[in-house]
Amino acid sequence: MAEITAHTRIAVLLDRVRVEEKLLLQAFEARHIPVDVRDDRALILDLDAHRRKETTDTYGRGEWVRYAVVLDRCITHARAVAALRILNDWGICTINPVDVVETCGDKLATSSALVRAGVPTPRVMVAFTPEAALQAIETMGYPVVLKPAIGSWGRLLSKVNDRDAAEAILEHKQVLGSYPHHVFYIQEYIPKPARDIRAFVVGDETICAIYRYSDHWITNTARGGRAVNCPVTPELHALALAAARAVGGGVVAVDILETQDGRLLVNEVNHTTEFRNSIDTTGVDIPGRIVEYVLQVAAERADQGES
Amino acid sequence: MPQTAACPECDAQITLRDDTLEGEIVQCPDCGVELEVLSLDPPELDLAPAEEEDWGE
Repeated sequence: MAEITAHTRIAVLLDRVRVEEKLLLQAFEARHIPVDVRDDRALILDLDAHRRKETTDTYGRGEWVRYAVVLDRCITHARAVAALRILNDWGICTINPVDVVETCGDKLATSSALVRAGVPTPRVMVAFTPEAALQAIETMGYPVVLKPAIGSWGRLLSKVNDRDAAEAILEHKQVLGSYPHHVFYIQEYIPKPARDIRAFVVGDETICAIYRYSDHWITNTARGGRAVNCPVTPELHALALAAARAVGGGVVAVDILETQDGRLLVNEVNHTTEFRNSIDTTGVDIPGRIVEYVLQVAAERADQGES
Repeated sequence: MPQTAACPECDAQITLRDDTLEGEIVQCPDCGVELEVLSLDPPELDLAPAEEEDWGE
């Protein structure tokens, strides 16, 4: 395998330096790997500057080909998709690739990819008008969960217990929501034991997992859920890896629900995972493992003569 | 000598840790607002960008 040297340059694409980004930058520094922080707020990408063969290529591909890997840590989904699309089309290796980010950033695309790959997941129905959505909800049976296809940190999730609530929420979404909210994503509600599981997958490994406990049915730690270490059993690893591969692999966090009869169902897959609450909880150096993976991919690219 | 900067919201003097990075988000201990470190030399803080619809993990 090609050696990682001080000539291996990595870029981290971000819009805020949160605890996670700081830990990742420190992990690169500890390995003496030079990193350029590229703030997406200052980004200008000139799509075909390299084809015009201009002498200065400040905003084009020429500015990016020196990076063995670009690690995406953008919080803003739309910016991440736009930038990664261009970088990938330029032949720049990104972690994660744009297809993974697009799939994970859209809950409907995630569900569809999981179903395509045969990964167990809660039942999902999609409808495009409030009338059809109500019919779908009643076909599925109460309670159901209505989610915006794009969104995170558990925002705007609705647990719908009866027809009155369904009609009210569907009307609110139709009248007040922007166009993406008019694609109605209806998910079976899984009664779960006051917790769910988040498994961290890096490449082919499930490096650790946490239980997220909450008295509320939404268990995101961003919403006050409490993290406790969850042992990575062979079953959990197999499911998490299958889910990661279903969306294209890389560095992802797989959210898993436990059913009352003991089955595991993949709920969502996250592509720019937050992990600050999971390092001490699991005892696993998550940023270090992500950085090692980035360097491994960089080395493999160098071996293939693509970097 | 630790660097300090004024909170643009409440004017509290905030001491920046030695390992603070440009672009890092810090919280004002007095008023609790989230601040972005715009620069380190000289130290300058501004209100962190507000959360948008497609922000998240």
